[in-house]
Amino acid sequence: MRQFASFVRKEFCHILRDKRTLLILLVMPVIQIILFGFAISTDIRNIKIAILDSSQDNVTSYLIRQFEANKYFSVEKLVTSQREIDELFRQNKIDMVVVFENNFSRNIVHDGKASVQLIADGSNPNTATMAVNYASSIFMDYQLKIAQNMNGAASVSQFAAESTTSDIGGTTSVAAVTSSGTVTIIPTVKMLYNPQMKAAYNFVPGVMGLILMLICTMMTSIAIVREKEHGTMEVLLVSPVKPLSIIISKTIPYLVISFINLITIILLAVFVLGVPVSGSMSWLLAISTLFIFVSLSMGMLISTLVKTQAAAMLTSGLVMMMPGMLLSGLMFPVENMPWILQFVSIFVPARWYISAVKTIMIEGSGIAFAAKEVYILLAMAAVFITASLKRFKNRLE
Amino acid sequence: MINRDNIVIRTDQLTKSFGDFTAVDHISFSVEKGEIFGFLGANGAGKTTAMRMLCGLSKPTSGEGFVAGYNIRTQARQIRKNIGYMSQKFSLYEDLKVWENIRLFGGIYGLKEDAIREKTEVLLDKLGMTQQRERLVKTLPLGWKQKLAFSVAIFHEPKIVFLDEPTGGVDPTARREFWEMIYDTADKGITVFVTTHYMDEAEYCDRVSIMVDGRIDALDTPRRLKQTFKAESMDSVFTALAETSTRQSE
Amino acid sequence: MVSVSVENIKKSYNKTRALRGVSFEVSQGELFGIIGADGAGKSTIFRILTTLILPDSGRAAVEGYDVVSEYVKIREIVGYMPGRFSLYQDLSVEENLKFFATLFNTSVNENYDMIKDIYSYLKPFKSRKAGALSGGMKQKLALCCALIHRPKVLFLDEPTTGVDPVSRKDFWAMLKRLKEEGIAILVSTPYMDEAALCDRIALIDGGMFLRTDTPENIVKNFRREIISVSSSDMHSLLKDLRTIDQAQNCYSFGETHHVIFSEGVNYCDLSQIADYLSQRGHNDIEIKRIEPTIEDCYMLLEGGRHLNKYDK
Repeated sequence: MRQFASFVRKEFCHILRDKRTLLILLVMPVIQIILFGFAISTDIRNIKIAILDSSQDNVTSYLIRQFEANKYFSVEKLVTSQREIDELFRQNKIDMVVVFENNFSRNIVHDGKASVQLIADGSNPNTATMAVNYASSIFMDYQLKIAQNMNGAASVSQFAAESTTSDIGGTTSVAAVTSSGTVTIIPTVKMLYNPQMKAAYNFVPGVMGLILMLICTMMTSIAIVREKEHGTMEVLLVSPVKPLSIIISKTIPYLVISFINLITIILLAVFVLGVPVSGSMSWLLAISTLFIFVSLSMGMLISTLVKTQAAAMLTSGLVMMMPGMLLSGLMFPVENMPWILQFVSIFVPARWYISAVKTIMIEGSGIAFAAKEVYILLAMAAVFITASLKRFKNRLE
Repeated sequence: MINRDNIVIRTDQLTKSFGDFTAVDHISFSVEKGEIFGFLGANGAGKTTAMRMLCGLSKPTSGEGFVAGYNIRTQARQIRKNIGYMSQKFSLYEDLKVWENIRLFGGIYGLKEDAIREKTEVLLDKLGMTQQRERLVKTLPLGWKQKLAFSVAIFHEPKIVFLDEPTGGVDPTARREFWEMIYDTADKGITVFVTTHYMDEAEYCDRVSIMVDGRIDALDTPRRLKQTFKAESMDSVFTALAETSTRQSE
Repeated sequence: MVSVSVENIKKSYNKTRALRGVSFEVSQGELFGIIGADGAGKSTIFRILTTLILPDSGRAAVEGYDVVSEYVKIREIVGYMPGRFSLYQDLSVEENLKFFATLFNTSVNENYDMIKDIYSYLKPFKSRKAGALSGGMKQKLALCCALIHRPKVLFLDEPTTGVDPVSRKDFWAMLKRLKEEGIAILVSTPYMDEAALCDRIALIDGGMFLRTDTPENIVKNFRREIISVSSSDMHSLLKDLRTIDQAQNCYSFGETHHVIFSEGVNYCDLSQIADYLSQRGHNDIEIKRIEPTIEDCYMLLEGGRHLNKYDK
């Protein structure tokens, strides 16, 4: 035990003294989250929209003017048919279409509710989500104004919106009020090309998978191979220490760093990006631990296969990171891939981890819904650990 | 003794400091054309640092140095064109074949394809390696590797060739063959600047300098050094000087 | 008491035959040197004996334990210093030593007497990173780390390569003292002048032992006429010496040249050689009949395969 402790202490010394690498390891998740979270998905301006106004009444034209005045939207075209919409999407001229139903104004006055359809180009999920959100907020504003108007001027009992030209008195003049006093506009959202619509913070599970794999697989394999390359492994082998405990002791510091990163990512996600941990926190940590073990054992396996640090880096980079990024569902939805890639992705541990984290953290479902993923990861851990133990030699060759 | 017109290396109070540590401490010496100059010193005495400055790889903190007529401070590029360099650690690409290495280094020094091809034949023949031309360098015994590396270092006929412990670990026979190549090179007028830990090799040099704690504490022909220090061999001269060192560790 | 015994060990890497059948024994308290150039097979012997690699055939035992089946036992009782510097460069002198002590389930204090002499050189730098030490210091630290668990057998693979002559002498003095503790020491070196410091040596070339004996006996069995020659022009002297009939090997040796005569030449006439050389224009000729050194023996035994190539 004392031997083991001193091994772990030595390993921490190596890591803590290599300040640059340590800094990269700790700062990387922060940067990735910020990159994915902000640089890529927020502050979208000039969302190009078209409007199909079947109603052509004063409420719809008021709402259309709100779209035109909004800094996020630029209304490219007012269209009259569904065919025109398809054409515009195909030519990639617009990101979204707003379709008002027939008799929009009348429906509001009579039933207190009317429908509007938002059709967005889902191939760019971030833009699509933002567009839908901004559009919804325009409708919300409208509803709010009507409500305020009702409270403020109860005497106005029933009138259709008048004077669409007078924007100055917008709050009072544009109103459609029912007897009940409330108004609801129901937007139905339709995503083209990506109907299931990925969540905007899809990348949080992805970044978690990526970072954990990077640290556990790549860094562990490099650390073990470094001993081979520097010749210290020779001295360690010619000692009573069990070779296996040498290897395990090398993984411990990376285990610790992985947890630090895991916590960092979750905190950033919750407090900076506003992605809540909807499901059980303890299951989230448990699954992450399982994934860390899979990644560590993969790192150990790689270290038994290669002789140089450069080879370890390349192997973990090419074999793990590339498929990890491309096939895990982090970038492209797995179900949209050709069958051959879907098949390959079965063997990418990150795919199952990301999927499990989505289920638990984002969707807030119980562990039962991620059971398949857990079993697959358990099986992978067993296979990798067995393989690396089999491959590990007590001698140099 | 020294002919002023024939000087190819000259340093004047050459110094290199790293922080408050003076690795090379005001060294002044000259080396003549065609001379075999032994540059000795214990580990950490400052040999490597001095050699790096002479090759134009690092700038001196103070003092001046001229190699092949060029200032080491300002004309590093010209210097590198006029010198050859070979070290124990790196000299050839192990995963290239013998002839590929020769072609590569010929190309680096701007020799024409035809000239390279022609000279390659001469070189291989002289080394007795014509049969080995297609072999990967890593499969050659160390002694052969080092002889090949030396030939490549002087392939572009530099004015000076720097050899950093060229014979470390080489077997005694190959070591002597190597020195015979050094003699032939010096006869052609190429100056040989060599470091070694083999004291018998110090005897083969025309002149020898011994560095202690960054200074050159002795510089003369092996014969006169032995007389001065009343020593039997260069080994004893070296030991006597190195023991005066106060620098414990680099 | 026999500490290390090796019986007809063979080892090949792919097609390269690194060891072609090597046998020897080392006793407790003996300093056994394996002398030869890089690539002669020295490191392969060390790695087999330290249980790092398996021999293709033959048997070897360390303190009675078989290197193949009882490797765990061997790893507890041997100290090993591999050919290149194998300590942690980013750990301090003290940290390295402590680490290697715990590796063997002991502590620095417990066996301090073992390394006291050597460690006294290092003590002033105990908090310095190992990577920042000079060559001689690194080697002393590596020796301390190999000794800290009081091994019964010490394997030192080229401990003095690349180390300056003064540090090398210090190092050999340390080995002499260790030997008195009853430790069997196997050391390899490419420096022929270090051979004389061993109790017994094996000259190795091309994966085979050329001779295994005490340095004195190896010199005694040389049985060839050998002379040293010098003149004012050493370079042309070598070429002229090679034209002498019956001069089998001529090579430079420090400040003189050595000439080994062919078998059967018992006692050559030195004045005749001097005359011959002065005819060829040499001055200040000095010729002496000498005792061969280990290096002379090695070169004769190894056969000087490509020595005279430049005379073609």
